[in-house]
Amino acid sequence: MKPDIQIDRFEICLSGLGGQGVITLGKVMGKALALGHGFNVAQTQSYGPEARGGASRTDLVISTRPISYPKTDKIDLLVALSQEACNKYYPLMKPQAVLLVNTTLVKQIPTNQYLGLPFTEMSIDRLGLPQAMNTIVLGAVTFLLPFARRSLIRKSLEESLPAKIVDVNVKALNMGYREASKAFGQPPAIWAAMTVADNGNGDTEKAAPKKPTAKKAPKAP
Amino acid sequence: MAEVTQLIHEYLRHDKKFPHVLCPGCGHGILLGSLIRSVHALGIPKDDVALVAGIGCSGRVAVYVDFNTVHAVHGRALTVATGIKMAKPDMHVIVVQGDGDALSIGGNHFIHAARRNIGLTVLVLNNFIYGMTGGQCSSATPLGCWSTTTPYGQMEKSFDFVEMTRAAGANFVSRGTVFHVKTLDKLVRQALVHPGFSLVEVLTPCHTQFGRKNKFKSPVDMYQWLKKAAMPLEAYEKLDPDKRAGRIPIGVFVDNHEPALETRYAAMRAKLAKG
Amino acid sequence: MSAKRKTAAREIFALGAEAVVEGALLAGCSFYGGYPITPSSEIMEGMAERLPRTEDGVFIQMEDEIASLGACIGASLAGRKVMTATSGPGFSLMQELIGYACMIEAPLVLVNVMRGGPSTGLPTSPAQGDVQQARWGTHGDHSIIVLSATDVQDCLHMTVKAFNFAEKYRTPVILLLDEVTAHTREKITVPLAQDLEILYRLQPSMPPEWYKPFEETVRGVPPMPPLGSGYRFHVTGLTHDDHGYPTQKPDEVVAAISRQFRKIDQFFFDIQITDEFLTGDAEVGVVAYGSVARSAHLAVEQARERGIKAGLIDLKTLFPFPRAAVEGLLRRCRTVIVPEMNMGQISREVKRVNPGTSTVWTINRVDGHIITPKQILESIRKG
Repeated sequence: MKPDIQIDRFEICLSGLGGQGVITLGKVMGKALALGHGFNVAQTQSYGPEARGGASRTDLVISTRPISYPKTDKIDLLVALSQEACNKYYPLMKPQAVLLVNTTLVKQIPTNQYLGLPFTEMSIDRLGLPQAMNTIVLGAVTFLLPFARRSLIRKSLEESLPAKIVDVNVKALNMGYREASKAFGQPPAIWAAMTVADNGNGDTEKAAPKKPTAKKAPKAP
Repeated sequence: MAEVTQLIHEYLRHDKKFPHVLCPGCGHGILLGSLIRSVHALGIPKDDVALVAGIGCSGRVAVYVDFNTVHAVHGRALTVATGIKMAKPDMHVIVVQGDGDALSIGGNHFIHAARRNIGLTVLVLNNFIYGMTGGQCSSATPLGCWSTTTPYGQMEKSFDFVEMTRAAGANFVSRGTVFHVKTLDKLVRQALVHPGFSLVEVLTPCHTQFGRKNKFKSPVDMYQWLKKAAMPLEAYEKLDPDKRAGRIPIGVFVDNHEPALETRYAAMRAKLAKG
Repeated sequence: MSAKRKTAAREIFALGAEAVVEGALLAGCSFYGGYPITPSSEIMEGMAERLPRTEDGVFIQMEDEIASLGACIGASLAGRKVMTATSGPGFSLMQELIGYACMIEAPLVLVNVMRGGPSTGLPTSPAQGDVQQARWGTHGDHSIIVLSATDVQDCLHMTVKAFNFAEKYRTPVILLLDEVTAHTREKITVPLAQDLEILYRLQPSMPPEWYKPFEETVRGVPPMPPLGSGYRFHVTGLTHDDHGYPTQKPDEVVAAISRQFRKIDQFFFDIQITDEFLTGDAEVGVVAYGSVARSAHLAVEQARERGIKAGLIDLKTLFPFPRAAVEGLLRRCRTVIVPEMNMGQISREVKRVNPGTSTVWTINRVDGHIITPKQILESIRKG
């Protein structure tokens, strides 16, 4: 399908610890945005011994134009799932960018302007499956990105996973989406222009923000 | 004699390259004769034979004979042969290497080709020395022997090709000499039709580079040494272990019939094709 | 569904490495011999999965990179289109057999996903330090084709090109990628083979008794039948005459070596591929290749937004060096910038062909990170 909005280099950096499933998260998200939504997507990753237990990172550049530089130049959305990753990549953000943190592990957030959910806690307490943490994050990010459609993300997730773990991951995706919508209300106002109209299938619960509000700093639940 | 002339006409190349580079007394030509007789006796068409050779005097054997011939680089003949065999499993792929080529520089490839049990017929011409390049020692030069790079005697033990190839997992492992030509013909014939990796280690004199430095007065002396030292494996095994020193067993050491690599591969591909 | 998919081009979200696999299969590659090495292993893993599922595809993991290239050469002689992939340390091991492939004129494709070096270096980080090695790595004077690819779609197309050049010119072709290109995922279109130009090596039409495997021809490229097809001949790494027999006669040696050069170099116009971006009115030029060309592309766009007339030549062919295109840029621009993830390798070529009309600057980076658009933009602003 062809996207019905224009995006010029929207840059996402997903970061965390090795083993948190950061790269898989990037892969599923990239595939959904590229093949499902029809955007141009470049997804790169840092490999290396440091990726096992240390910092792990994957970048996504999303655009309706051809993408030149495949890595992030100025980050629009930084997802930091660990304290170390948050400290390391925070300086690479655009002035008006959005920071989404895992409040279970990021205890000292470098700014008051952030969005947070206790992803690790949610995965253990509510799913009993810490491995599904990255899918909860995917749900939350799907809510935040005004151009992402939940149904397409879910389809990509289902296609990427072995059958026996699909159900729990769909549950995790929905949980992340729901909790984000409860906690944050609506996608960040600065991205309002990128909002897609509801396609009539009821898969887009997000409403465009009524008025461009100043960036808010919701409290961590 | 007429038969020999006929074989020469049929199997050797006439357009160039004779006289050959081999020295008087060299045994390489005897092995080449044995190979030609064996291919002829088995009725294998020349087009179906790929002969891959390494570097050294043994490598030059390839240029004289009218097969599909490939003169590879030093030590790598088995790798090129592996590619040919996997790409064209129906071809008879024969590899001729020297001792230095096969187990010094090419040792790793040799071990792995034997381990894979790929359907190659490997003829190792073991003359205990680097002949073409001027008589330097190889991994087959016996302990205490002289060469231009062991002027005070070889201090390292030499490889036992047969035991090495057996340990690596080859289907067919044998040893012959260029003196015992009838046995050699038989071994080469067996090796040509045996499935999987088939080795014939061929002991051959190099008087020019090895004999002269190691107290052999003439090439004839070397052939006489082979005649005396070599004995059938069965007789060797019956020999009192104390009397085995200096004797070399010849014959077939390993005769297994496990499927060759290319056979296993074809089966896998057929299974995948069925879905 | 599956039958339907075969009739149309497919869109996939794939790694550069996976695009190489798709390209190779489209080009008709039916043999892969390799040895795993980061960051090229995804190519090998892809071929391991796909080749045994094709009609006659052969995949084999060899004991080292020397053996890998040896097996590829053997299969190429047997008539197959062959490929291997490696990275720095393995590429060094392959150098001897690259020369052998040049000498016996065996078509093959060798992909080198460059990582930091020298030695074990930075196994998981990008670099471009093997450029001059690709050109000159094997001993003895020879000509060779070295290609590069910028993005994931390009990986597919340049792999097809590499096979076409290998077959058309009977030569090894080296495709130099870097870790960023091989490990970037993007949406690409996998075309149908029937929509691509796919070339095969020239076959002899003369009877076997007339055939000489290394004879001079119109294009300088002799026909090459597969082993076992009735054309029995000899190949050797020794310098040989047109029958393939070793020779030391000066006239035969000169004829053989000069034909090996000529068959590639005289077709430079066919082989040299460059992609020019806003070079027409450029005052500051950038010459880049591989993933760095993507950084340069963004930097040029950003420079234009600031009113600086910048332009870029993205080199898809590194050797034979695309002299005409680069010389044109050097004549037009007061400054030409060559950013590379090495200490200056293609910049040597750019300086070599500079008619004196331009200042050549280099940007070099060897810390295992890609050169950023910001670095290049800074340089453009000073240029």
